[in-house]
Amino acid sequence: MKEIRIHGRGGQGNVKLAEIIAIAAFEDGKSPQAFPSFGVERRGAPVTAFVKIDNKFIRSREQVYHPDYLIIQDPSILGVENVFAGCKKNTVIIINSDKSPKALCPGVSYKVICMPANEISLKIIGKPITNTALLGAFAAYYKFSTKSLEKAIKINLGERLDKEIIDKNIKAMHEAYDWVKKNYKLD
Amino acid sequence: MILNKLEYRIKNTEYRIMKLDNSKQFLEGSHAVAEIIKLIKPAVVAAYPITPQTHIVEDLAKMKASGEGGFEYINTESEFAAASLLLGASATGVRTYTATCSQGLLLMTEVLFNIAGMRLPVVITCANRAVSAPINIWNDQQDAVTIRDAGWLMLYGETNQEIIDLHLLAYKLAETLRLPVMVNMDGFVLTHTYEPVLMPGQEQINKFLPPYKPAIGTYLDVKNPVTLGSLATPDSYMEIRKQLAQDIYLSSDLIKKYHTDFKKVFGRSIGDNGLVEEYKTKDAEVILVAMGSVCGTIKDAIDEMRERKQKVGLLKIISFRPFADEEVIKHLAKAKYIAVVDKSISLGSEGVLATEIKRAAYNQTKAKIQSFIVGLGGRDVTKEMIEQIIFDIKKDKTNKMHFISCTD
Repeated sequence: MKEIRIHGRGGQGNVKLAEIIAIAAFEDGKSPQAFPSFGVERRGAPVTAFVKIDNKFIRSREQVYHPDYLIIQDPSILGVENVFAGCKKNTVIIINSDKSPKALCPGVSYKVICMPANEISLKIIGKPITNTALLGAFAAYYKFSTKSLEKAIKINLGERLDKEIIDKNIKAMHEAYDWVKKNYKLD
Repeated sequence: MILNKLEYRIKNTEYRIMKLDNSKQFLEGSHAVAEIIKLIKPAVVAAYPITPQTHIVEDLAKMKASGEGGFEYINTESEFAAASLLLGASATGVRTYTATCSQGLLLMTEVLFNIAGMRLPVVITCANRAVSAPINIWNDQQDAVTIRDAGWLMLYGETNQEIIDLHLLAYKLAETLRLPVMVNMDGFVLTHTYEPVLMPGQEQINKFLPPYKPAIGTYLDVKNPVTLGSLATPDSYMEIRKQLAQDIYLSSDLIKKYHTDFKKVFGRSIGDNGLVEEYKTKDAEVILVAMGSVCGTIKDAIDEMRERKQKVGLLKIISFRPFADEEVIKHLAKAKYIAVVDKSISLGSEGVLATEIKRAAYNQTKAKIQSFIVGLGGRDVTKEMIEQIIFDIKKDKTNKMHFISCTD
């Protein structure tokens, strides 16, 4: 089983990101489970969302305490919560930041990938909503089929957004994927 | 403006169809409930939104707006109004539905007793949530157990698949017995969780649950006038209450019967028989008893403990009302320790399910039965906590209730 934990603030699409990851995994034939953990119900409050991916139905409802992947949508949360809690030696940590991993979290021994998701999203979508860009970065480490990733975005964002904006989100996802491939050495 | 709205609805429907084109689907629990309710085709849905039930009634409202849902949808001014409205609608002999939880369910209380006493087949989804004060929007099971004695059948699901299936069973039972049924799903833990489910087809549903046609004389009809909910004097009240008590108690057999029918039509079970599910109890020294989504976590914890040669099992309660004494005792009788795990508490006593197990087990077992409280107000229940319970029940010489993972 692979476990993913997402940290961000209310209104940034953290829960949506968890849902899209899970839907893509489901489309790839896996049996995922995705759920949020809300703080108080308002924009800006810290939100955590969880995804678990396995080959068989996941029974346990436990939250994710030892993530294989950690995604941080809002770097300001680094100073508020201990987001690295429970990380393992090989946990892949993806942070939305234009700083370098060394400058952003000095002394941290985990594998940290910093990607300027704000910049990518502003350029392509026109808004600093970074979840689809971070999905692209995540997909550079967790292998999905491109078809499933694109379908997951369409399914999940389709109820609220126009086709034009959905296409931009798909483009942002691909651009982020390419950015990580270019700037980080993948295993 | 109107055009925009229409476009939005069409777009909405398109994506929903896209989502629903496989037999196995990946849905949010709340959305799955809305979908099954749409297929069950109630005539009237009346609701007041409350976290974490909101997604269910929002989805139903969207279905109504897009024309997918063929029901009347009434956004009421309170839960009290929603329940009252359904009482009236149900009394006219049509299928009805609402969802609520926590303070909303408590606000309905007076009407809930009336719905049961008037023998109206209303079905409610309770998205189980903690009760104020202090105010807390997260999951536990205090809300539903608080109206335990209202005369409703109360069913609890572990997974979103069970929740879908229990709604079908609920309407079948409600309409046969002329009794209301509450389907309990853990708020957030199930309502907000995406997981794979099989959504039954309309033909299958029609086979198991044909359109509701109440017998003449049991509903309000100008051609066949009747009075419902009239005064009962000391001459008759007790007999009416006795009949209600007996009908609910005996409904265990009907749950079993309809569960067999359910299996034939849908090809899957809800636990062992719609009443309980035993998990590795046969040789178990310690048996945990629980209801709802926590049973999934307990099953995983049991598998891990069994790898370390600990003989542990689970008895999952699906039907809390009626409480199927024989079915329950059958699995518990041989255990040395029975640890009852509650996400609620009867203040001044102990866990609500614990008291129930002690009553049913009276003179039936020599096992130590102890009450363990977990996960109040949304505290995450972990496998580690389940192991703590196993450790505590063996070590503790007293019979006192334990609060698990809770500082003094």
